[in-house]
Amino acid sequence: MSEARPLLELEGVTRTVELPDDEPLHILRGVNLTVSVGDHVSIVGRSGSGKSTLLNLLGLLDNPTKGEIRFDGKRIADMSANQRDRARGRDVGFIFQQFNLLGGRTALENAMTPLLYASGRQFWRREQIALEMLDRVGLSHRAQSMPEKLSGGEQQRVAIARALVRGPRLILADEPTGALDVETGASVMALLDEVAHSSGAALITITHDANIAALARQHYRLDRGVLAPVDVNRVLALAQPEVTL
Amino acid sequence: MTGIVGAFVEAWAELRIHKTRVLLSLIGVAVAVAALTSVVGLGAITQQATTENYERQSGRPATLIVSAYDPVTGAAPPAAAFSAAFTEVTDRYSVSWTTRSTYTQVFVDFVDGLTPVDTTVVDVDYGTMHRVQLSQGSWFADGDEERLAPALVVNETVWKRLGSPDLRTHPTVTVQGAGNVTAVIVGVTPDLPYNQDYPTMYMLYDSYMAIATPQQVQSIYPQYEAWVPVGISDDLTALIQRDIAGALGDDLQVSVSRQDYLVYQGEDPLLPIKLLVGGVSILVLLLGALGLVNISLVTVRQRIREIGIRRSFGATAGRVFFAVMMESVVAAAAAGVVGVFIAVVVVKNPAVINFIAAGITDVPAFPIEAALLGLGAATFVGALAGLLPALVAVRVKVIDAIRY
Ligand SMILES: Nc1ncnc2c1ncn2[C@@H]1O[C@H](COP(=O)(O)OP(=O)(O)O)[C@@H](O)[C@H]1O
Ligand SMILES: [Mg+2]
Repeated sequence: MSEARPLLELEGVTRTVELPDDEPLHILRGVNLTVSVGDHVSIVGRSGSGKSTLLNLLGLLDNPTKGEIRFDGKRIADMSANQRDRARGRDVGFIFQQFNLLGGRTALENAMTPLLYASGRQFWRREQIALEMLDRVGLSHRAQSMPEKLSGGEQQRVAIARALVRGPRLILADEPTGALDVETGASVMALLDEVAHSSGAALITITHDANIAALARQHYRLDRGVLAPVDVNRVLALAQPEVTL
Repeated sequence: MTGIVGAFVEAWAELRIHKTRVLLSLIGVAVAVAALTSVVGLGAITQQATTENYERQSGRPATLIVSAYDPVTGAAPPAAAFSAAFTEVTDRYSVSWTTRSTYTQVFVDFVDGLTPVDTTVVDVDYGTMHRVQLSQGSWFADGDEERLAPALVVNETVWKRLGSPDLRTHPTVTVQGAGNVTAVIVGVTPDLPYNQDYPTMYMLYDSYMAIATPQQVQSIYPQYEAWVPVGISDDLTALIQRDIAGALGDDLQVSVSRQDYLVYQGEDPLLPIKLLVGGVSILVLLLGALGLVNISLVTVRQRIREIGIRRSFGATAGRVFFAVMMESVVAAAAAGVVGVFIAVVVVKNPAVINFIAAGITDVPAFPIEAALLGLGAATFVGALAGLLPALVAVRVKVIDAIRY
């Protein structure tokens, strides 16, 4: 918890879904979280604990039912849909469990996608920027390959390049190693950590893998919609094969 | 700026990826556009043929016909006096296009003997006023009526019977009037398809009067025509009637009337054809549009996840709408180009032209309006067909789209 001005602040954030013919489902209950530029935060939680719901809120894709989210000091409730879309494009990079590369398009075209929504220099030099980013993740030799022809680890590295081309200040990774084997997952995570760190962006990793979570500097646990800080040693202690969070 | 360029880039990439599907839908649009453009193009050609025909018969709008007769005896005034009055009055109102015309027979000395040839006797302006087409040489020029050897414009039949001479050698032929006169052939008109192998020719009025027998000169009663702008034709009708009546004397009845096709058939005699053609075209195009909507909708449904991913990387709702719309427009416009190309091939096909407009002497160039209409319609249909899928695309819930 560092700089004067936090990048992202959540205060008493609640997310409730109205279900037809049933009690409303309270997915998140009063979440408080502050993330600043340069932070590396991990959030662990069981499947169904509300991790993806929280991530959507952090990425300005969703609105809280109650509570307040401030991005760069601005209440997102005060921003128009368009402003939120643009802020997301400019400042947020997503990495998904299923990679979510666009099919039929080369690695390079995938990495270029976010730059299509940029303007000025970033737009016009999009190919060069994307190539440099692919080089950063060690994939310049696969720039013209289709995603289907890439291994899982390579696909996730393309996704990392795509998330970083616009130089976002916040990187959101939702189970980034969930579809990878342990070894590949570790190397992809190391790469993500390194690239995020050197670009100075805040990185929020959502995972149910304690080993992955342990790479972060701040640790949180989400349990039935309640977010609480957790000690790193406890995270590691729980990282035994027979224990699941 | 980058937004628009970006949307284009995106649309183009989308089209490339969904090649087969897009191609299928575009064949429909191209066929519809080809049909529309062909129908309109052929319509323009038949219209041209019909108009040409009308104008050859009765002059271009507005053609005024002046006639005069004695109400008691029914006799027409002498041609010389009438001509003088007509010239004076039309000069007064600065009517630049006037002609006299009459039909007669002139004997021509072919190798196989003297043959009567139907001759239209006219002034120089007649060529323009009645759209006379030439296959060789040229129409009469001002001053031709003063040539000692009268100039002739003959049809192909006459020209062939004279041994198809090269017009640059100024071929001559002997015609019989008061005596034998040597005439020069200056131009050749094509035979009309419904009048093959029938000799006809044109001769200038003054040339004819110079070679005619005194009896022929006495009995000539030409028709007087003036080609005037449609907008002032009503005013001119009254003025010319009044002034010629004044010049010829009060005991003569002078009438001036419009004879061109527009006057008989109201504003547009071809309106029913146009309406029919337009109706059919729109129907064809709507069918094409329906096909396009259908396929666009299917592709958008298959791309909901993709749209979600793009939105998560900063694509605004407007941008997604525009991109999906653009795909449809770009694709349909490309299909439109193909369709117009097919239409040009069809319409310019000689067999098609012969079938649709037999007798046309001057096949017009492919009507540019038809091509523009085809392209415009394709683009419009693209936009229309893109609207529904674009609305679907905008309503995609990003969270749900990328959930799994
Ligand atoms: N829009 C929704 N409608 C109904 N239930 C939802 C909706 N979104 C999430 N949920 C439910 O809320 C819970 C938390 O979901 P999620 O945030 O995806 O959890 P996680 O990512 O931790 O597995 C799950 O039980 C899920 O089924
Ligand atoms: Mg999840």
